[in-house]
Amino acid sequence: MSKVMVVTSGKGGVGKTTSSAALGAALAQAGQNVVVVDFDVGLRNLDLVMGAERRVVFDLVNVVQGDAKLPQALIRDKRLETLSLLPASQTRDKDALTEDGVGRVIDELRERFDWIICDSPAGIEKGATLAMRFADVAVVVTNPEVSSVRDSDRIIGMLDSKTQRAEDGGRMEKHLLLTRYDAARAARGEMMKVEDVLEILAIPLLGIVLESPDVLTASNLGSPVTLHNPASPAARAYADASRRLLGEEVVVRPPEERRGFMSRLFGRRAAA
Amino acid sequence: MSILGFFNRKRSAPVARDRLQVLLAHERALSGRTDLAAVLREEILAVIARHIPIDGDKVVVRLDRSDQVSTLEIDIEMPEDVLAAG
Repeated sequence: MSKVMVVTSGKGGVGKTTSSAALGAALAQAGQNVVVVDFDVGLRNLDLVMGAERRVVFDLVNVVQGDAKLPQALIRDKRLETLSLLPASQTRDKDALTEDGVGRVIDELRERFDWIICDSPAGIEKGATLAMRFADVAVVVTNPEVSSVRDSDRIIGMLDSKTQRAEDGGRMEKHLLLTRYDAARAARGEMMKVEDVLEILAIPLLGIVLESPDVLTASNLGSPVTLHNPASPAARAYADASRRLLGEEVVVRPPEERRGFMSRLFGRRAAA
Repeated sequence: MSILGFFNRKRSAPVARDRLQVLLAHERALSGRTDLAAVLREEILAVIARHIPIDGDKVVVRLDRSDQVSTLEIDIEMPEDVLAAG
């Protein structure tokens, strides 16, 4: 039984595309057949983050409009044969997508893949509503910061009202992925804690991804972080999240504080 | 920056949390997502406003939500002259 999962947030720049690529790769590494679909028509970036920017020939809009067949537009990852990408168009805008067209493509993808991950554009306009429209599961990517939490709350409201599943009287499975978290700053009261965000948004926690240079390095190189550096804390957080999505009980690791200059200085002194 | 400012500067996260809780309770009510605590807050404030003028800055509202119990805490500072006039 295939699952359609939207990765969404409302706010831009919180880590939707990075997380779509990393979760997609982690699920594929676990043996699942995965396609990651870029819904950000006009501003595609998933191809770049996944290192396939030079292999794009046809895209989602071409398939929706019948100008290309689905297999012509799918790009299989060179490192993981169970991972594929369906890129967005860079030259069109979001009005090129129609609900019927997207529904047909999703149905066709359901026949080929176990997981269809829809990387939503920012905002609450057509691109974002179409990305979530046919989802069974939603990953809400949130930074521990007021504007991101507010936008996530708005998106959660839309997931519960504007999706096909919600309209059919079903319950949308929603998960919170807290990204760019800094445990040391949270401990000092400078950043909202995991519990604060969970209490406000009231959806279950899928994982905590710390602010880390590994994530930037991975996107610089065009490789999902779970492939590029599987031992890094960010990759482990995404791998654990993917196991939770597969129904395993995995305890959320408490985020380790990155030690600042002062604590390293004093820590070394204490050890000497 | 004063010494007090130096120490206060760091604890901005609880402020963020409280501001969000109040704001989102309001926005959820507007979008029709039922939030009993938010409805109670609005109605309690309306009742108090009938009797004494409330200064917005002197009202502290906290919503705490958990699985079993949610609490609504309203802290209203009432100046002496308002009480005397009432």
